Amino acid sequence: MAIPLSHFLTLAAILFTLGVFGIFLNRKNVIIILMSIELILLSVNINFVAFSAHLNDLVGQVFTMFVLTVAAAEAAIGLAIVVVYFRNRGSIEVEDINLMRG
Amino acid sequence: MTPAPLLDLMPALPEFLLLLAGLLFLVIGVLREGDGVRLIGPLSALSLVIAAAIILASDKTAADTFGGHFRMDAFAAFLKVLIYVGVAAAILVSQNFLEDERIARFEFPLLALFGALGMGMMVSANSFLALYMSLELQSLSVYVLAAGHRDTLRSTEAGLKYFILGSLASGLLLYGISLVYGFTGTVMFDQIGSLLRDENASLSSGALVGLVFIAAGICFKLGVVPFHMWTPDVYEGAPTPVGAYIASAPKLAAMGLLLRVLIDPFGAWVGQWQQIIVFVAIASMLLGAFAAIMQTNFKRLMAYSGIANIGYALVGLAAGTRDGVDGVLVFMAIYMVMTLGTFACILAMRRQGSYVEDINELAGLSRRQPILALILTILMFSLAGIPPTAGFFGKFYVFKAAIDANLTWLAVIGLLSSVVACYYYLRIVKLVWFDQAAEPFDLPLRPAIGAVAGISAILLIVAVLAINPLFASAGIAASAIFH
Repeated sequence: MAIPLSHFLTLAAILFTLGVFGIFLNRKNVIIILMSIELILLSVNINFVAFSAHLNDLVGQVFTMFVLTVAAAEAAIGLAIVVVYFRNRGSIEVEDINLMRG
Repeated sequence: MTPAPLLDLMPALPEFLLLLAGLLFLVIGVLREGDGVRLIGPLSALSLVIAAAIILASDKTAADTFGGHFRMDAFAAFLKVLIYVGVAAAILVSQNFLEDERIARFEFPLLALFGALGMGMMVSANSFLALYMSLELQSLSVYVLAAGHRDTLRSTEAGLKYFILGSLASGLLLYGISLVYGFTGTVMFDQIGSLLRDENASLSSGALVGLVFIAAGICFKLGVVPFHMWTPDVYEGAPTPVGAYIASAPKLAAMGLLLRVLIDPFGAWVGQWQQIIVFVAIASMLLGAFAAIMQTNFKRLMAYSGIANIGYALVGLAAGTRDGVDGVLVFMAIYMVMTLGTFACILAMRRQGSYVEDINELAGLSRRQPILALILTILMFSLAGIPPTAGFFGKFYVFKAAIDANLTWLAVIGLLSSVVACYYYLRIVKLVWFDQAAEPFDLPLRPAIGAVAGISAILLIVAVLAINPLFASAGIAASAIFH
């Protein structure tokens, strides 16, 4: 029995929301923010693959490959910035990122 | 229909040039340890200027390549010339700063070059796949640049904030793209466009939600309210030449992206996205005008000024007409010149070898350096939109387009907020000409900084004579994205 498209979309929407809330509600650690960003990108991938299968169209799966690649590059750059920040501040607590108030 | 020849890559020639130049300079930079930046900075700027020259010399009729994902047309050409020249100027003004602050690594101009490549691809993107990839190429370069002063807390904090919020924006954009793909079945702009024009009656709510997410993602990159939180911190924390870079060309590229996406694939849905753009424009204009009043850091002030200016540009887009887009392009061109000139002036604020950023340091500048004072005055008058300068014409065209599209009230709000904004621009003019003289800045002025500041001031004055040709070529560019 095939799982209907709406189940996939609901799953992706839940994961996406979790990711967004993970960025805004998290008061502890920058690493958790990086994980939330990753969660957002992966939820989008679920969307793409589900639509791709539903539409019988390969573009969605190709898009997923590109998103995965970019996510890897983004994680590398994000971790690098976190490392240089840690060297200067000695902490990666979210509450400590407060030198400038926007 | 015969298939297009597989390897007709000529429309992307300037981008290939930039890519190859970037890869070559990377090798040169690694081989020449130490003083690589002295060589690679000017070379990067030169290759950008050559790319702009190629675009100026080439045929502007629309041409696709990469299977239709990349489109070179008059719209892309107009923005690309500005972007490449703007990035070249930003690279040139950065050289002395990098050496003074002992962060002269060759990666700086290189990342700026790759960022420029991303921006060029952005304004040429003709599918959501190309849009996403080029936006990421640009964003990832700029995150690293913002954190480039890696031994200072301010710069790394700016980079971290920019990275987190920028990645969130990419996530929103991507989620929107996935919905639009799912509900229309394609990622190509022209196919989505013809699909939406055909079945205008059956408006798919899924694609509409997608459109909202996409608009939010791009607005984040533009730094407009309610997605502006990162701009003041990043402008203040990032090294000043990086601030000049972030404030100028990426805004043009993001605006180009927004124009193309809203007018080309979603042109049939003007009524749907107009409300979003009107809201964002009003909120940005008001916040930019009022929040900047309290600022004393010049870079932070420019951040709020930038928010307000993008708000004015969006007034033209809200009109949704060809004249509106025409006005936005003229406005953005003038905005870029003003921003680069002002940041060059900020880079000239250097006392006993260290850079200062507080506007009070400008007090009495006219007595010590009358030419710099005059340049700064022209830039501030132009930002405030006072008539003989170009800033007036930029605002004039976007507000006129809004009035023609029956959005008079929006233009009135724009005018009122620009009156408020006059206060903080004219406060700087008052400081420069009428206040007790502070310590003089270091002399002589660096040639690159003096040249960029001087040329931008001259351009803003002579724009009175050249405004009609500029408006006409922007008009040709705007026509390219309307169907």
